[in-house]
Parts: sequence; structure tokens; C-alpha cells
Amino acid sequence: MGERILMKGNEAMAEGAVRAGCRFFAGYPITPQNEVPEYMSWRLPEVGGFFIQAESEVAASNMLFGAAACGVRVMTSSSSPGISLKQEGISYCAGADLPIFYADIVRGGPGLGNIAPSQGNYFQATRGGGHGDYQVIVLAPNSVSEMANFPRLCYELAFKYRVPAMISADGILGQMMEPIEFDFEPIDPDTLPKPDWAIGDATGRERRVVKSYDLRVGAVEKQNWERNKRFEAIRTNEVRYQLEYEEGAELIVAAYGSCARVAKSAVMMARSEGLKVGIMRPITLWPFPTEVLNELAGRVENILVMEMNLGQMVQDVKLAVEGKARVHFYGRPAGGIPTSEEFLQKIKEAIKGGPVIPIDPEDI
Amino acid sequence: MYQGVIIAGFGGQGVVSMGILLAYSGMVDGKNVTFFPAYGAEMRGGTANCTVVVSSEEVASPVVSRLDTLVVMNEPSLLKFEPQVKPGGRLIINSSLVNAKPKRTDIKITYIPANEIAKEVGSTKIANMVMMGAYAELTGAVPIATIKESIPKVYTRAKKEIVEMNYKAVDRGAEAVKK
Repeated sequence: MGERILMKGNEAMAEGAVRAGCRFFAGYPITPQNEVPEYMSWRLPEVGGFFIQAESEVAASNMLFGAAACGVRVMTSSSSPGISLKQEGISYCAGADLPIFYADIVRGGPGLGNIAPSQGNYFQATRGGGHGDYQVIVLAPNSVSEMANFPRLCYELAFKYRVPAMISADGILGQMMEPIEFDFEPIDPDTLPKPDWAIGDATGRERRVVKSYDLRVGAVEKQNWERNKRFEAIRTNEVRYQLEYEEGAELIVAAYGSCARVAKSAVMMARSEGLKVGIMRPITLWPFPTEVLNELAGRVENILVMEMNLGQMVQDVKLAVEGKARVHFYGRPAGGIPTSEEFLQKIKEAIKGGPVIPIDPEDI
Repeated sequence: MYQGVIIAGFGGQGVVSMGILLAYSGMVDGKNVTFFPAYGAEMRGGTANCTVVVSSEEVASPVVSRLDTLVVMNEPSLLKFEPQVKPGGRLIINSSLVNAKPKRTDIKITYIPANEIAKEVGSTKIANMVMMGAYAELTGAVPIATIKESIPKVYTRAKKEIVEMNYKAVDRGAEAVKK
């Protein structure tokens, strides 16, 4: 702690996970997250952990199920198409109440798409991602420091509520370097209490079963209701966001992740021109900061949502706002990286009440 | 103080390692910094570039569309990035490899025969360090001493004589623009 080190986002996240007690990583290569398994392949053995390059993404996610069932702090990471493949294992983990941690370093899609930065997986992340009625906790870092420190938060929340927790970042955050500081001392997982649901040596205790499958009438429905109580508790207790310059603002910009960095530059430029613009950055995409947006909507006329996609978070903003403010959207999908000058122009369109004009694909 | 910089050239010319060195030196100097590489299918001989921001204030966007300084190591980079330099901004050209002349008349332009100087120092591989020295001297973004202090910390596997050669290349780059 205390020392500033220059690190790449992917490596900072991997180191952050190891420091947070991760001792098992299974993954499969895909750009732009390859530095994560590369780092884990030498770093985990140093601390007595295990790294496995699996034969496929599906296998990796099911290896996570096995290790997590033993109470180990586990991790996998991938990028868009790979995360889609892993949804089988993630849904099974959600169904078995296993606290896994995974990261999606999002690239352009759909399909194989490209390797450019994107926020096209907001829907997938915030609506569970796989089959069945479940949510995962979604943290959206906007700096390499947050990439480094959020794995610990993911483990804490995942183990507290027994739900999967993930980091949703993109190629910018994975590839960029910034000075970082870890805000916590390394955690030795051997000093953590052994979860009372974990399997392993059963000598002298009752048998434990970890599974997502139960054919008894009503059993899975009851389990879903029980799990829903935990989702409600997460919605109540775990919303995180950053709000800046909202005092006297006539327009609030809502953006997350790397896009919020570009938006912040645009907001600063707008403010230097005398425009009263604030910025709201959701840190948890699920649970979504619904209440604060609803409250803001009572005070400002216009909210401008900026995303690196065709308009996904904007739906959650509209649900939160309940018609109390005009909600505008500007986005660039599948590798279109907006510039702060571009965003500034959209701020000027939105603060007048719109319309906010989308980019002409001919100009790309 | 704010410097938004793009360093661009062929893959293998060390544009990415120059960018990391600049960011690292800025950090050692107490500045806020970001480094963002183009991470497409880059390879030796292909094109490579990275964006570095060095600032005394918080760095919001790591993506810079209007450049304070552009460092070009080869000709395609000049054609690609010249329009992005801010009016009044700075363009530093490796004249050993760039024959084309820039079109802009509203920016400050410096020519450095980086490959020739690097060859005199010992290897054309350190042309990037010549450019680093020139950049630091022209912009004052980071002190030359801080860059040298950072070299062995960034290139941890470099042997002592290679580190020494890098120091010399940085000095020669700085001298070349003092004249």
C-alpha cells in the first residue's frame, strides 16, 4: 500500500484478485484480456494457487463451479464471445449459490465482432447473462486503480450474498496503464473463515450438497424466492455511484466505465464554457443507482446518457427517471471510441432540450 | 500543465516502450498520467501507436483527439495523425525515415534524424530514445534527469551497457533540438 505503480488494467485486475485471495483461475485466451491469464499463469503458482488454461470457455466456467463449491476464491476472465460461452457455468453457479468472480473485458459484437473497446454487453451483464431468474453483481471500473481494487469488493459481495460478481470493463481499461495504489493489504485466504456450505473433508459433519438441480415439486421455486431476498438486500445495500457537479446543474450526463472518462472531459470543457453540467457515473451497473437518478430527475430537465453501444443503460435510466426529465442518448457501438469534442457537441444539443443527433455512419 | 501526445511508427520501432517510459517518468515526476496503446493486430513492420497524457490535474479521458504533441517515427504515421495536432501544437518528425513534408503551417515542426543519431550512439534500435530526449527538451513535460532515472526501472531486463547507451541517446536527442 502507499506506493504508486504504473500498471496495465488487465494486470492490475489480476494482481488485485490475487491480493484479494484468489487461488484458482481457469480461462481460455481471447483479445483484449489475454494479459489476465498470462499474468495468472505465473503469479498464482507463486502464492500456492492454481492456473488452468482450459480446453474451452465452457470447461473453464465449470472448473470454476468445482473450485468455488470447495469455498475457494476463484476467477475467470474473458471477452464478449467467450463470456457468452461461459454463461452455462455462470448460470449453474448462480443456481448453486456459488460466489464466483469473473471479468468481461468487452469487445465489439455481436458475433466474433472485433477486438475494439465496447460497452455492448450491458444488457447481458445486468440481466443475469445466462438462463434462469438471477442477477449478478456488476461493477464497472473507470480507472486502472478501480480495476486493481474492485476484485476484492467482488469477493466480499459475492461471499456475503452468495451470488456471482463480475467486473465489466472494456479494451481501453484492460489495455491502458495508469499509476495505481492498492487500497487494501493482501489477504491470505487461509485466514478466512471456511464457508459453512463448502464441500471438502466431511469427517464429523453432515453431508453437504452443492447443486442447481432439484426435481422435488416447489423446491426450485422456493429456492428462487429465498435467493430473491438476497437480490433485494443487494438492491438496498450495495448501490454505488459517483456524482459530480450536480449542484445547480441544468443537465446531468450519465455514463459508466471508460466512456465516463471521456464524458468527464467533455463535462469539464462544457463547464469551462459556463454550461451547468453535472455527471453521474454508476459504479454498480447492477444494482443500478435508480433512486439517485429519480431524485436528480426532479431537479434537472435533461439527462444525457452516453454509452459505447446503441443504447442499453439508457433503458435503466428511463425506468429510474419515471418520466420526470427528458432522457437523451448518444452512443457509438462496436469499437467507435467517442471523443470529448464529440461529446461536448452532444451536451450542447441536450442542454437545449434536444434533439441529440446520432453520428452519421458515413462519417465514421 | 497538460500534454496529450501520440507516438506513432512501425511496430518494432519502440513507440510503445517510449510511451510507457514517458508515462512512467511523468508519474515519477509527480504528475497524473495515462498510457493507452493501439492494440490491434500490431506486429514488427506493421503500424503501432500509443496515446500518453501527462498532466498536473486529474486526467479524465485517456483518449486524445486533439494533440498537443505528435511524435512520428515513420511516414504513414505522419499522414494519419498530422490533422489531429492542435493549432499551435507540436510535431516532431524522425527525418531519417520520413521524406514527406507536413502540410500544416499552424503548428511547430521539428525534424530529428533519429536513426542517424541512434546509429552514431550504437544502434538504430534506440532511435526512440533520441526522440524521447528531443520531446522532453522541446516540451519540458518531464525533466531529462527523470527520464534517465526511469529507464532502468522500465526496462528492467536491460543490461548496464544498454542502459548507458539509452542515456546517451536521450542526451543526444535533447542536444539536437537545443541547437
